[in-house]
Amino acid sequence: MNAPLRKAGVVIMVLFALLFANLNWVQAYRADKYRNSDWNSRVQVAEYEVPRGTIEADGKALAESKLTDDALKYLRTYPEKQMYAPVIGYKPVNLGEVGIERSEDEFLSGASDKLFADRVSSMFTGDQPGGGNIVLTLKTKAQEVAWKQMTNNERGAEKGSAIALDPRTGAVQAMVSMPSYDPNPLASHTTKSAAAAYDKLIKDKDNPLLNRSVAETYPPGSTFKVIVSAAALRDGMSQNDEIEAGGSYTAPGSGAPIHNAESETCASSQVTLKEALTTSCNTGYAQLGVKLGADKVKKEAQAWGFEQDDLTVGNLDGSGLPVATSRTGAMQNADGSTDQAALAQSSIGQKDVRMTVMEGALMAATVANGGKQMRPYLVQQELNADRRPIYNASPKTLRTPIDGTIANDLKEMMVSVVENGTGRRARIDGFTVGGKTGTAQNGPNANPHAWFVGFAYNDKGEAVSAACVMLENADGSSVSGEAARIAGLIMKAAAGGGGD
Amino acid sequence: MPRVSGTKTGRNAELGLLALAMIIVAIYAAIVESNQLDKVTSTFWVPAALLSALFLGLHTVVRFVAPYADPVLIPAVALLNGLGIGFLRRLDIGDALGKKLDPPGIFGGLGGRQLAWTLISLILASVLLVIIRDHKVVSRYAYTLGLAGIVLVMIPAILPASISEINGARLWIRVGPLSLQPGEFAKIALVSFFAYYLVRKREVLSLASRRFLGLDFPRGRDLGPVVTVWLLSLLVLVFEKDLGTALLYFGLFVVTLYVATERASWLIIGLLLFFGGVYVAYLLGAAIGGPFANFYDRASVWLHPFDQENYFREFGSSYQLVQSLLGLGTGGLFGSGPGNGSPRFVPEVQTDFIFAGMGEEIGLFGLSALLVCYLLIVERGLRAALGVRDSFGKLVAGGLAFTLGLQVFVILGGITGLIPLTGQTTPFLSAGGSSLMANWLLIAMLLRISDASRSPVTGGPANQPGPKQPPVQLHGAMTEVIKP
Repeated sequence: MNAPLRKAGVVIMVLFALLFANLNWVQAYRADKYRNSDWNSRVQVAEYEVPRGTIEADGKALAESKLTDDALKYLRTYPEKQMYAPVIGYKPVNLGEVGIERSEDEFLSGASDKLFADRVSSMFTGDQPGGGNIVLTLKTKAQEVAWKQMTNNERGAEKGSAIALDPRTGAVQAMVSMPSYDPNPLASHTTKSAAAAYDKLIKDKDNPLLNRSVAETYPPGSTFKVIVSAAALRDGMSQNDEIEAGGSYTAPGSGAPIHNAESETCASSQVTLKEALTTSCNTGYAQLGVKLGADKVKKEAQAWGFEQDDLTVGNLDGSGLPVATSRTGAMQNADGSTDQAALAQSSIGQKDVRMTVMEGALMAATVANGGKQMRPYLVQQELNADRRPIYNASPKTLRTPIDGTIANDLKEMMVSVVENGTGRRARIDGFTVGGKTGTAQNGPNANPHAWFVGFAYNDKGEAVSAACVMLENADGSSVSGEAARIAGLIMKAAAGGGGD
Repeated sequence: MPRVSGTKTGRNAELGLLALAMIIVAIYAAIVESNQLDKVTSTFWVPAALLSALFLGLHTVVRFVAPYADPVLIPAVALLNGLGIGFLRRLDIGDALGKKLDPPGIFGGLGGRQLAWTLISLILASVLLVIIRDHKVVSRYAYTLGLAGIVLVMIPAILPASISEINGARLWIRVGPLSLQPGEFAKIALVSFFAYYLVRKREVLSLASRRFLGLDFPRGRDLGPVVTVWLLSLLVLVFEKDLGTALLYFGLFVVTLYVATERASWLIIGLLLFFGGVYVAYLLGAAIGGPFANFYDRASVWLHPFDQENYFREFGSSYQLVQSLLGLGTGGLFGSGPGNGSPRFVPEVQTDFIFAGMGEEIGLFGLSALLVCYLLIVERGLRAALGVRDSFGKLVAGGLAFTLGLQVFVILGGITGLIPLTGQTTPFLSAGGSSLMANWLLIAMLLRISDASRSPVTGGPANQPGPKQPPVQLHGAMTEVIKP
């Protein structure tokens, strides 16, 4: 009976070899997959074992971690709720992070290479290394004014966005997107209720999770005339040169006739470029665009940042909220020749021209900064857990679309818009304000989007703020005036509220 | 005690290995405390010392009543038993910390209870060794044991589910706070019965056969007992909803049958019958559900544990398996260190899933060491079977050792996703009295048989401490010549 006993021994050896092989498969080959699996609660417990760093602006905590008795030790809370949510985003237990919480995740969680030295030293001191802190560029006063004015706008718009930038650096002073959402339920440790809150938001037809400042494009309307003006000035024209205008213009080829907002606007056959911008003369700019040609208009827009598809706003090292691509759209016929009607429409920011609110703000900031477009950013400082600075933002030039002369011409023209033209409501005491309004059609039965892009100089002649305000489907008359009014108030708060 | 010159008893080696095992257990306890409590308490060594005293007691009994018993068996089992208690105590400390309480005392909690069960188990094992001086005595009670075995297997299936069902498997007798798994004891009884039956029948089964396809197949009427046991195990499968137990009983029978007859055809028939039955049960579960549905679900959970539907299923979900795999994966090669893991994420980590819980903390290397321990025990049991001179002893030792190995395979294969998961305890590690007692009795039987196998064959009566024992060879021959 010994032979079969030996064979039984071999069978046991084989079975144990299978167990051993399978253990290798589970614990070695697949170990990393299991260790970091979304299903693995250890990942979350470890993640929540140390406090995630705060996100703050002007010394005010916008996102902080609070000690709890839960299995997950720290709860992420957002004291300001809706006001900052589109910028900061949220850090949920199970789902992916969003916003600055996402782009600065490594630093906030303490896993960043930049905090390596802190982790090493904590190995000796025995302290738990906490996450790093993020200081944003936002000016809380500007943000509060922007949020309040946007949500209480006088034209009944329920959606929209406002951005203010420091034209000299690109630092974002305010960024509001409405409607917004309360990030707190999404960060709940009860994953079921977090999922339910997310589900409710994702199903909301107004899409509150969308950051309308950077993630969406809209027809820019007359604000695009700044670009066309720049193209004309580059082409050798001066702001006092006269262009063809009139009460109505029909582009060669086909297309409906283009009119002006009011019948008395630039009714004379010729107006100066400056007057055309001041009164937002549609017929003038349509003809100017056709005269310049599609190439020049498109090239000009690209020089200002249209068609850039990889811009982020966050940390200047590259991570941040992705900015959607602003586009000039198609202006060609099927045979490749220019569609003059499309070009005429595009020249007044209609047809297929689409722009982000961020691009609008950059446009104004470029003019205010003498032609140099600074790269926008939100992260001013990264501090380690002991609040020692690890990183300080040093502003970068993104591009220089125009030289100082053209910038100065555009500045004078835009100041004229606010002082004598359609942007009068943007005026603020003690500042020189310039800008451009826009009323963008976006569908046969929809109310137009109201735009204002502008900038403000203080009494020392420093460009202290540039802003872009957009109200989706604003109701009533002179809707862009409402946008101008809000932009003025935001810029005033941004200029006065900080350490400038 | 009498010492035989030239023949080593191995008792001193056993003592040395035991000391080594207990040192490992004490070190494990110290690491657990330093990781969980950030300090090593002044009493960390107490459980290890108590265990040492208990095993020393067993060792002393063995010195007197089974001096030639295999010296590796007790230390290997003691290491597993001790580490099991250490891990259970680690769970107690973790649970207490989670509730912000002080850890329970040495005799409290799961670890304390397991310590008490170890005491009882070792007493039982010692009693068995003292009473049964010759393993062949057991063959006299073979039919009683066989009946007892079948009754023990069937009890949970007959009892109402409220008493016998835990987590969908009906393997228990629950009386108040106590729950017994009678099937654990049935293993030993059934092996003894099979061994006796097969020793009597082996000639008929091995000689009267027909050749077919180059293999010797037994006559149809001789298949009777196999078919009976096959049906019994499938009944267990369906009514107790437990594939592991069914596989265990069937494997145990087929292997003893194969060893007794030396006919590979029995193995092939057995395997075909079993896996055929399992496959049919799977198909039936998919098609008609009913009593087979549970089995079908288990197979589906095994094949696709990370499937959303399987994971979030209300009953019999893959949650346990997934948590087990995640725990094992988190442990990786070296583990997080004893006391540093999160074993409580794995449900039932104190019983069926103890290997996964330990695996997170001691890693692939630690688990491999535990596997080697089990392998040593099984191979030492088989070596006892090879060495012993009577057929009954060979079959009992071989059957018990193989069953133990198979049980380890079934549960460890289950929790690591190698085979469908079934509720089996992990011998010597899992919390629970029935399993520990039954497996220590199994080890006592192996010790007894290994003593017979290693004691000198020839030599004067002075070599035989038990004067009542007849000469081994003769006795062995007697049982073999019994004709049907």
